Amino acid sequence: MHNLAFDIAHLLAGGLVLISFMMLYQDRLYALLNIFALHAVVLAASVAWQAFIQNAPHLYVTAAIALVFKAIVIPVALHRIIKQLGIHRDIETAVSIGPTMLAGMGLVALSMVLMLRVTGAADPLAREDLAFALSVVLLGLLVMVTRRNAVSQVVGFMSLENGLVLAATGAKGMPLVVEISVAFSILIAFIVIGVFLFRIRERFDTVDVGALDEFRGERR
Amino acid sequence: MIPAVTQQIWCVAALLGTTALAIAASRSRQSTAIVYGTTFSISLVALAGALLALISRTSATELALPIGLPWLGSHFRLDALAAFFLVVVNLGGAAASLYGLGYGSHESAPQRILPFFPAFLAGMNLVVLADDAFTYLLCWEFMSLASWALVMAHHRDADNARAGYVYLVMASFGTLALLLAFGLLAGAGGSYSFAAIRAAQHTPSEAALVLALMLLGAGSKAGLIPLHVWLPLAHPAAPSHVSALMSGVMTKVAIYGFIRIVFDLLGPPSWSAGVAVLILGGATAVMGILYALMEKDLKRLLAYSTIENIGVIFASLGLALAFQANGLGLAAALAFTAALFHVLNHSFFKSLLFFGAGAVLMSTGERDMEKLGGLIHRMPLTSFVFLVGCVAISALPPFNGFVSEWLMFQAVLQSPDLPQWLLKIMVPAVGALLALAAALAAACFVKAFGVTFLGRARSPAAEAAREVDRWSLAAMFSLAALCFLAGIVPGLVIDALSPVAQAVIGHRMPVQLDDAWLSIVPIAESRSSYNGLLVFAFITAAASLAAYFIHRFASRAIRRGPAWGCGFADPTPAAQYSGVSFVQPIRRVFGTLVFQAREHVDMPAPGEMRPARLKVDMHDLIWERLYTPVTEVVWFFADRLNQLQFLTIRRYLSLVFATLVTLLLALAIWS
Repeated sequence: MHNLAFDIAHLLAGGLVLISFMMLYQDRLYALLNIFALHAVVLAASVAWQAFIQNAPHLYVTAAIALVFKAIVIPVALHRIIKQLGIHRDIETAVSIGPTMLAGMGLVALSMVLMLRVTGAADPLAREDLAFALSVVLLGLLVMVTRRNAVSQVVGFMSLENGLVLAATGAKGMPLVVEISVAFSILIAFIVIGVFLFRIRERFDTVDVGALDEFRGERR
Repeated sequence: MIPAVTQQIWCVAALLGTTALAIAASRSRQSTAIVYGTTFSISLVALAGALLALISRTSATELALPIGLPWLGSHFRLDALAAFFLVVVNLGGAAASLYGLGYGSHESAPQRILPFFPAFLAGMNLVVLADDAFTYLLCWEFMSLASWALVMAHHRDADNARAGYVYLVMASFGTLALLLAFGLLAGAGGSYSFAAIRAAQHTPSEAALVLALMLLGAGSKAGLIPLHVWLPLAHPAAPSHVSALMSGVMTKVAIYGFIRIVFDLLGPPSWSAGVAVLILGGATAVMGILYALMEKDLKRLLAYSTIENIGVIFASLGLALAFQANGLGLAAALAFTAALFHVLNHSFFKSLLFFGAGAVLMSTGERDMEKLGGLIHRMPLTSFVFLVGCVAISALPPFNGFVSEWLMFQAVLQSPDLPQWLLKIMVPAVGALLALAAALAAACFVKAFGVTFLGRARSPAAEAAREVDRWSLAAMFSLAALCFLAGIVPGLVIDALSPVAQAVIGHRMPVQLDDAWLSIVPIAESRSSYNGLLVFAFITAAASLAAYFIHRFASRAIRRGPAWGCGFADPTPAAQYSGVSFVQPIRRVFGTLVFQAREHVDMPAPGEMRPARLKVDMHDLIWERLYTPVTEVVWFFADRLNQLQFLTIRRYLSLVFATLVTLLLALAIWS
């Protein structure tokens, strides 16, 4: 039983990393949102599994929050924004896909090497979990860095946050309050960014953040 | 009976309270009198406590206060060394407060000075009392900032603003060096109390590094060449009584820091440390006095002369290190006592001279000596005390400056006992440098006194000068009296210093008060001795006799001169000796090399009506060769970094990302 528990947790966390790679690969906005929803679903499953094997019922709440907000509310809202803005055809990456994927692999390797070495004394489940979580965080940052479109940057940020949740649930004993406050802060960040998107759109007729730079008279 | 250290801390608390009082009473017209009166009485009390602690030879008292870092608190300790420097600080503080009672009433913006003056005094007291590295650095910075605020009192003057800027940069640099030195001293264990540092063992390389850092840190505050650049800018920029405190006292606090760490905390020195300090001290002395000679601003001249005296003190300290490293305890005690004696003396006469310069500034509004002159007729009392200060600082008997420099040369004469050949050659060479500096100092103060007070007035302002108020005169006369007393009964001072030498060096000079007729005998009667009283009597007798004969046979004799000339053939004051013309020979001898001084005649073309002019080009090589390149490099990188200010959001994110990945990589490689 214990081995099975470990394997499933391992599978789910590894799945998150894999989906992060998909996100990195995908340059169409709708598809990106769908993958983000999938990311959140897998996260919810992973958290729920942790709740089950750790016997920590409050983690089910976290899983539910992840499922409802990140897998349903935020993707749907972003869908609507994209529709309203009419930018669903946009393909915008600052760096081409190939090098990005290579960089992503490098980052995963780095986080594996680092985490497995640093946390030598810890529980193996937590070790694997932390290594995967760090990979997800770094890949989320990579998404943010390599995209010009504000919506994809939001998605990158959200996936980064998913990585944080994964790390937190892997380590035993994170209080519920922290999770709820994190979830709400994400929601608020989302709202603020959404409002900003519309504002940017109104002003510049695009959500390419490059327009902001041009407006400031800067070169890219 | 409260322990001495507690008394001193109460005095500091009272000084800080005075700061609050000064802020509260800043609108009141009486605020100047109230604040300086209060600081004067507090300084006197603190001075009495410190003197008592020094003379009574009680063991060190300690005090821990639960303020500062929560798990450390702050520790204070009063031992013989601290007591001696507290005497210097509080004596200077009392004199400056007394002087401020008169001088401060002419201040245009007293609210800019009054709150910081007591705070500055409190800071200096605290540095001397501090007994752990954290408290020491905190108090050191407090002292620096308070003095910086005083330098910036008249900040609308562009020169003062620049002085404040340079001071701030150099003070931060010095503190950085001190911080690193303490870090090294505390070691990996990180126990920052002085007792723990004293008990710890330090490897030779560590000790050498700490010494270098202390020379940078304490040296920049004291004014060692080439870290002196802020000093001649900042000291004159402050109001005169603050200049006196900064020059006469704050530089001594820096020397205290050097002694505390290098002699007390670092353990037994190596003789090469002595060589480094010796050479730096000798170079500083000569360079400082050469700068002073070239100066025509009276207060800047005094500031440069401070650099010279700091050089002398550091050279004696270097001697003490060299002797102590070779186990020559008596000679080390002699050199160390000479250094401390000079610390005391310099605080007397430099404060006195700055007060005198302030009195001149107060009554004429001029600091430029080329616009002064003839003040001896209008300010006879100030002239007299200024002359006393000049004689004392020129190291002429029977005043105190002679005694300390004489003691130092006695220590130099002990150098044949040293085993290392480098030292055997180096010490007399540095002794020659110091002798040169002493001679140049005498020339410098002949110039300072002669051009300012003798001859005829060179400007209407100097002609309209009036004698200053009684408070200022009282401060100057008491310091002049101290210079005289320390000069004729030096045995008293040497005996008072013996517990300090005993505590720091482990040896002391022989008891001087046992010798007959108040003479002092540093080593043995057969080698050398000096009797200030006798010399004074001889000088008085010889001078009176000479005056009588001159008056009798020369001035009353009938001579023939130009009609209506009255002894002055040319009626314009510009025909007098000026300061620049007085130092021309010295400039030609030394300035050609040291300042790259070049003279050329600016001859008008035939038919042109303007006069021909003799122009002198001088360069401050330390500023041009050392500081200008450093500033340029800093500006270069600052300009490059400026571009980071306006990046796109994505670039900022990328920077953060790259930093994170780099750090993780570093961790992955080295962990």
